[in-house]
Amino acid sequence: MAAAGPSVFLLMVNGQVESAQFPEYDDLYCKYCFVYGQDWAPTAGLEEGISQITSKSQDVRRALVWNFPIDVTFKSTNPYGWPQIVLSVYGPDVFGNDVVRGYGAVHLPFSPGRHKRTIPMFVPESTSKLQKFTSWFMGRRPEYTDPKVVAQGEGREVTRVRSQGFVTLLFNVVTKDMRKLGYDTGPSDTQGISGPSPPQGLPR
Amino acid sequence: MNPKEEKVKIITEEFNENDEDAGVGRQKKTSKIVRQKRKKRFQARALLRSKPEPPLPALLRRSDPPWLGASPCEASLLKLPTTGLQEMVSENPHLGNQPEPLQEDSDIRPLSMTTRRGPRSLPPIPSTSRMGFAEFSMRERMREKLQAARSKAESTLLQEIPTPRPRRLKSPSEKELETEFGTEPGEEVRRTQQEDDSQSQSRVKFHDSVQKIKSKPPVPPGFPSAEEAYNFFTFNFDPEPEESEEKPKAKNRDGTTQEEEEGEEEELPAQGIHKTDEEELLSAKEAEDLLLGLDHTAEDFVAVRPADYESVHIRLQMEKELLFVPSRLTVPTYKKLPENVQPRFLEDEGLYIGARPDMLRTCQNIMENRLLMQEPGGRWFGDDGGILALPNPIKLFPSRPPVLTQGQDIKAELETLYKKAVKYIHRSQHMIGSGDSPGNFQLDIDISGLIFTHHPCFSREHVLAAKLAQLYDQYLARHQRNKAKFLTDKLQALRNAVQTGLNPAKTPKSLDTTQKTINEYKSEIRQTRKLRDAEQEKDRTLLKAIIKVWKEMKSLREFQRFTNTPLKLVLRKEKVDQKADEEAYETEIKAEISELLEEHMEEHEQKMEEYRAAYQQWKAWKKAQRAKKKKKKQEVEEHPEEEMEEPYPGEDPVKPVPPEPTDRALMEQQVRERAARSRRRPGEPMLVPELSLAGSVTPNEQCPRVEVLRREDVKRRSIHLKVIFNDKEVSRTDSRPLGADFRVHFGQIFNLQIFNWPESLTLQVYETVGHSGTTLLAEVFLPIPETTIVTGRAPIEEVEFSSNQHVTLDHEGVGSGIPFSFEADGSNQLILMTSGKVANSVAWAIGENGIPLIPPLSQQNIGFRSALKRADAISSIGTSGLTDLKKLAKWAAESKLDPNDPNNAPLMQLISVATSGESYVPDFFRLEQLQQEFNFVSDEELNRSKRFRLLCLRSQEVPEFRNYKQIPAYDREIMEKVFQDYEKRLRDRNVIETKDHIDTHRAIVAKYLQQVRESVINRFLIAKHHFLLSDLVVEEEVPNISILGLSLFKLAEQKRPLRPRRKGRKKVTAQNLSDGDIKVLVNIIRAYDIPVRKPIASKFQQPSRSSRTFREKHAASPTTHSPTRSADYPLGQVLVRPFVEVSFQRTICHTTTAEGPNPSWNEELELPFRAPNGDYSTTSLQSVKDDVFINIFDEVLCDVLEDDRERGSGIHTRIERHWLGCVKIPFSTIYFQAKIDGTFKIDIPPVLLGYSKERSMIIERGFDSVRSLSEGSYLTLFITTEPQLVPGESVREKFDSQEDEKLLQATEKFQAECALKFPHRQCLTTVTDISGKTVFITRYLKPLNPPQELLDDFPDNPQATAELVARYVSLIPFLPDTVSFAGICDLWSTSDQFLDLLAGDEEEHAVLLCNYFLSLGKKAWLVMGSAIPEGPTAYVLTREQSHYLIWNPCSGHFYGQFDTFCPLKSVGCLIGPDNIWFNIQRHDSPLRINFDVAKPKLWKSFFSRSLPYPGLSSVQPEELIYQRTDKAATAELQDRIEKILREKIMDWRPRHLTRWNRYCTSALRHFLPLLERSRGEDVEDDHRGELLKQLGDYRFSGFPLHMPYSELKPLIEAVYSTGVHNIDVPNVEFALAVYIHPYPKNVLSVWIYVASLIRNR
Repeated sequence: MAAAGPSVFLLMVNGQVESAQFPEYDDLYCKYCFVYGQDWAPTAGLEEGISQITSKSQDVRRALVWNFPIDVTFKSTNPYGWPQIVLSVYGPDVFGNDVVRGYGAVHLPFSPGRHKRTIPMFVPESTSKLQKFTSWFMGRRPEYTDPKVVAQGEGREVTRVRSQGFVTLLFNVVTKDMRKLGYDTGPSDTQGISGPSPPQGLPR
Repeated sequence: MNPKEEKVKIITEEFNENDEDAGVGRQKKTSKIVRQKRKKRFQARALLRSKPEPPLPALLRRSDPPWLGASPCEASLLKLPTTGLQEMVSENPHLGNQPEPLQEDSDIRPLSMTTRRGPRSLPPIPSTSRMGFAEFSMRERMREKLQAARSKAESTLLQEIPTPRPRRLKSPSEKELETEFGTEPGEEVRRTQQEDDSQSQSRVKFHDSVQKIKSKPPVPPGFPSAEEAYNFFTFNFDPEPEESEEKPKAKNRDGTTQEEEEGEEEELPAQGIHKTDEEELLSAKEAEDLLLGLDHTAEDFVAVRPADYESVHIRLQMEKELLFVPSRLTVPTYKKLPENVQPRFLEDEGLYIGARPDMLRTCQNIMENRLLMQEPGGRWFGDDGGILALPNPIKLFPSRPPVLTQGQDIKAELETLYKKAVKYIHRSQHMIGSGDSPGNFQLDIDISGLIFTHHPCFSREHVLAAKLAQLYDQYLARHQRNKAKFLTDKLQALRNAVQTGLNPAKTPKSLDTTQKTINEYKSEIRQTRKLRDAEQEKDRTLLKAIIKVWKEMKSLREFQRFTNTPLKLVLRKEKVDQKADEEAYETEIKAEISELLEEHMEEHEQKMEEYRAAYQQWKAWKKAQRAKKKKKKQEVEEHPEEEMEEPYPGEDPVKPVPPEPTDRALMEQQVRERAARSRRRPGEPMLVPELSLAGSVTPNEQCPRVEVLRREDVKRRSIHLKVIFNDKEVSRTDSRPLGADFRVHFGQIFNLQIFNWPESLTLQVYETVGHSGTTLLAEVFLPIPETTIVTGRAPIEEVEFSSNQHVTLDHEGVGSGIPFSFEADGSNQLILMTSGKVANSVAWAIGENGIPLIPPLSQQNIGFRSALKRADAISSIGTSGLTDLKKLAKWAAESKLDPNDPNNAPLMQLISVATSGESYVPDFFRLEQLQQEFNFVSDEELNRSKRFRLLCLRSQEVPEFRNYKQIPAYDREIMEKVFQDYEKRLRDRNVIETKDHIDTHRAIVAKYLQQVRESVINRFLIAKHHFLLSDLVVEEEVPNISILGLSLFKLAEQKRPLRPRRKGRKKVTAQNLSDGDIKVLVNIIRAYDIPVRKPIASKFQQPSRSSRTFREKHAASPTTHSPTRSADYPLGQVLVRPFVEVSFQRTICHTTTAEGPNPSWNEELELPFRAPNGDYSTTSLQSVKDDVFINIFDEVLCDVLEDDRERGSGIHTRIERHWLGCVKIPFSTIYFQAKIDGTFKIDIPPVLLGYSKERSMIIERGFDSVRSLSEGSYLTLFITTEPQLVPGESVREKFDSQEDEKLLQATEKFQAECALKFPHRQCLTTVTDISGKTVFITRYLKPLNPPQELLDDFPDNPQATAELVARYVSLIPFLPDTVSFAGICDLWSTSDQFLDLLAGDEEEHAVLLCNYFLSLGKKAWLVMGSAIPEGPTAYVLTREQSHYLIWNPCSGHFYGQFDTFCPLKSVGCLIGPDNIWFNIQRHDSPLRINFDVAKPKLWKSFFSRSLPYPGLSSVQPEELIYQRTDKAATAELQDRIEKILREKIMDWRPRHLTRWNRYCTSALRHFLPLLERSRGEDVEDDHRGELLKQLGDYRFSGFPLHMPYSELKPLIEAVYSTGVHNIDVPNVEFALAVYIHPYPKNVLSVWIYVASLIRNR
């Protein structure tokens, strides 16, 4: 196989959902799953995960740390539909109902190496004030029918969302055979991997 | 301590000042103000000294404010100097002991030390320049004077000499000084005295000045006088330590000691001063000794040091080493650049340099200096020597709204500001862009005057004068240019050149080149000569014309005896030297002649040449002619006629005439003639016309009346001009009267402040006659000036105008536009139009600072530049103007765009592409002209590459590829066959192939169906991409009060209820699934009434009829069973051993075997599910067509023992299974229902050989009466999928509609109301028709005629007819919409469409059946409800005489309303042809509801009194037309099916031999039509008997299958599922017969009889 030239490339990602910044909420847990195109197939690792519940740190950072590991390997023939990780964060509201606190998605990094991503999170808004009140009261906030909606652009124009906080993810990316298939993603596959990428330009 | 030290310091400074004032060279103070301040301070100080305490404040108060401001410290000093004094005192010892190391005057250091030695100077004051040269002489004297005092003091000093040095003064720096100065105490003292001397002297002066001041302030009584006070401070006391010690205290505490001191005031002031100081010093020193000399250590005795002090010099020196203060001076460029490098200024070289950010020059200098100091490498400097800097990043305009500062008053924000109205200019792209600096640009229009070249009021003379003036102007212009002269000179030069060229001696050049040049010269000479002649001629004619006009004018004046114009022409004659002139003339002529001759010679030569050639030719021809003629002559005799044809059709070559040589004389004559015409004759004086206005105009009184009238008319006229800018009047000139000379002087300058780019500038000339209105004479169009033309530089230009108006006047004025003549006879008429010239100048104004107020260059010429700037340059290509790239390039070149400016980059690139010629500019417009560049690969390659093709097809969602996963990375890995199906489909789109379908009609229908499906799917694929909020976001509805209350109630609910409820299973979305993840669970619970085996009767027994007639069924009469039957079954014998086998997707599971006709299994079977193509998306799952077959078999044990003898020792049995019946449930039903739970009727073949229904053996309980209503066997089962799949939601059926909007609203309202009350009851008002339009449902219901055949069958039995019709409908194949229109929606086709398609789901069947019933005169409704296993479905309800019947349209069965086995489980609504009734009863089970729709409490009707039925037209056709089915085709189909099935059965038995029993087959074949005729009833026993007769020695098991025909595949599946082929008895034989009964409209009823036969031994 290898001698004849690979017909698929592999993308191995491990890392973790490190922490989150949700200034208003506490006791959150998060779920992740991957959304990928038709040419992609997971070969190893977990495609979905649900983390423990974490409480805010007592220091000034008020960080919610999960350190929830991600480890997944994909194979693909086509970079189209590059996998995205979709995160959804849940936590109790004042009445103790489990409500969604944020959705967010980001593409897995293309280039091998260590990447840190901070993704902004958002939740869908209620369609009216009354809805908002009742949803708050009943503890049934609007949710996406499928968290994977946030990884696609189609149909988003009908929704309204509110920004909630940030989740920081850490990825260590290893690719195999991408170069051989003609896809060049930054630092060469053969060479050593460069150091940590510069932090993402997101507001802290 | 510090503050005190400061005070002291100030005091010392004062003394320094004092010194300075005394004329001693002192340190120069930087500021005069400071100096003055200090002076004042000193004065105060002096006062302070001279006065006793109390008045001081007053004095201080009296002093100048500046002083007050400057002296707070001093004031405080006055208050508490004690500590300060102590300090001062402590200073004394080392003052006293201060060495005077050097007496030399030149030494600076000691001097500086001395200066310090002011009486109270404690800390060292830097005074480098305190070179009191005058002091030295004084010092000498002082020293002597001091001697005495010293000797006195010495004694005391010596006692105290081991002064303990105050510790606190010891600092590390002090130590050094100690060594330096602490050695010679004696000297030091001396110096002190010296110093004091000098000071004392100066003090004298101050004393005087103080005296002056003192005289002014009033001295309060009782206080010492100023004099006294002065003396008190300055008097020289005897150095008495005790006293002096006391003195400061006294001075500060109270004035009581004054008297003591006053007594000794007699001393000389100078000395006194000195003494005082000295005394002070000493006393201070002693005071210190007293105060601090408590412990005298050894070192104290040794170490006597001066004050620790670093001179300013040193400090500066040291600072210089440590600190770097960058200079502010400009750094010379050479320092900043590497050596020997000249600064380069990129901008000068034409490179683009952005504007550098603004920075103060000094700051830059400092930075440069610093950089140079720190890093001399110079890498901070650019090529031009400046600091490297990025272009100014600051935008001119703020992009963020200003943040309101918190502190600002809100009122200030709200205050109304008056702003002058600003004209919003956004007229067109021609506006001056707002992106550019919003300047106001100014155009200055200077209108100096206007001259009429013709005016209606012109008199004849004026006309002539104007003409003359015009000619004269022409003349002047010509004269100025003097073209004739220029040409003459040129000619001369050329001639000279030719001359020299001809002289070979002079030009030793190669001959031919000279010849060539000479030839060129010659031709040029010719040209020039012609031009010159023309010019000269023109000049001459002009002159002549001038003279002529002048003459005319003169004659006119004479004739009319008055003069109107002051014009006067003077012809100045310029004398010429007759001889020279003549000579020149002659030579000129000669030269000309010679040239001409030469020319002619050449011409002649050429002609001769031609002539010769021609002549030769002619001669040759002639010769030939002659020869021919001779020949001809001979022939002529014979053929005289031919003579005529002899001459060639072509004419004879004429004999060429030799050209004549030129005649010199003739030529000369010509030349002379011409010269005479165009040139001044030799000797003739040169005439220079001069036009002047010197003439006098005849005054009015001498003029005739007409002329006076004319003149008056002229006077009445006035002219003004309007300035029109961009078609708008912007200003106008004053109205000026028309002068007698028809000139109007305006001399006005208009400053136009413009915002818009000027497009046109027009002056309109208006004439006002008297008080009547103004008329527009003409418009003058002014050119818009070049940007280079600014005010002051613009020349006055004359722009002509003319008008076409016709004016006739009744006076001398000639009018305009009308003919007039100068001649008396009226000949030679002239028509003149009003015309004139406006003298004006237009220029751009210059602003205050000398900047021209011109719109920036970028806006020049093309206004769209600014628009361009704002938009993307590329994108605006194709808009106006820019399409012509050549022009654009030209413009770019002209406007000097900076090619390096990034702003222009796209434009420049474009231009470079356009002008380089590499790409041609197409003359067509193209959208997305850059698309090609963005194309990934060319289209051909896209098609060639299999991979790309696959990707494309997938993205187009072509069904075959929609869910193609993992498209290989390489072309080579893609099999060609991937595309085969697709290509085949494309190819076959219009080809109807009958292979699969056998029946052509079905094939056509299938094709049509396919096409409808495709088009609908395409529609819905698009619709699928429209999302609603509810598609994406799950949001709870706003609860109403009841739900809210319920939920509130729920809060109080127990957390752990005692009766736990079943929780829903987790639902799984389809994406993550893969093969094997999904299982179909089938729970077989029990069965009822399974047919039981019949004992193999040896004799044929005619049984009683077990079945009942139609009437019996709903008569609900229990059947009486013959007791004989029960005798058939000996007790204890197993009647039947049924087991259930479930097959799904060719996977087979079966239960254990139970016993008896009412077995109970309660077993769960698990079958894996595999989605087509491994695609588990909802759409794919919805379109799964597979069925779950639940077959019930009887397990029969056959004794196979051949030999009876062995029976005792062994059992040899074979298990056989006999198919009893099946239940078929489509997977799609399971998928949509999530679970199927219920009791289903087993589809048992009408004839089951060897079996019979066991009529309840233990007879008849009450229940039985109900149950027996519907005969048949039933199976209770539960089916679901694991995990539970989320059924895909059908696309919202929200399509366009032709229904009335009101109706649609009503439907929505109705549905909403219904849904509110009973959310689970199906309520249908509108449906989607096959073209995707929303149609009101009642339009589907309309009586439609069933096929006549069916009606004819039972003409007198309506019930039988109804059954037959139902059967007919049920024979139309069932095809759920969800399968055909995967996951889209429910489409309702009309009945004719349905019959054409021959496929449809429940609705279509129900609609058709309902329509038939309506046509039969029944009361029929469509029942929308849910049934098992179908789920939401449509049934038909009919009302018979007394009861209701529920018809299942798909099976053709009917049930009574109270039939427990009726599959319809709930009723949502009823639909009639003209109304809809929604079930609002408590129950929805048909058993428990009332079907009387007339009761509004039970049924909510759609159309009511408030909304009457509008009489909707039906969508159904008027009537249905049925074609008879082709019998032959049916027969053919029948044979083919039989053949195929036979092959299939053989295929399914690959390991066994399959034998066919022909005899049996034919028997079966005969039997099948009977079955059809009786519709599967009433025939079993007859049939069995017949079969037994025929096949007596076979054990027979078989059954007929009955199906509607749609395709072959379901038939095969059905046969397969029976498992007939599974018999592996070696000697088994098979029989298979197929019968197709044709019904009209190609509805086919298929019967398949399959049987296996085993020969009995």
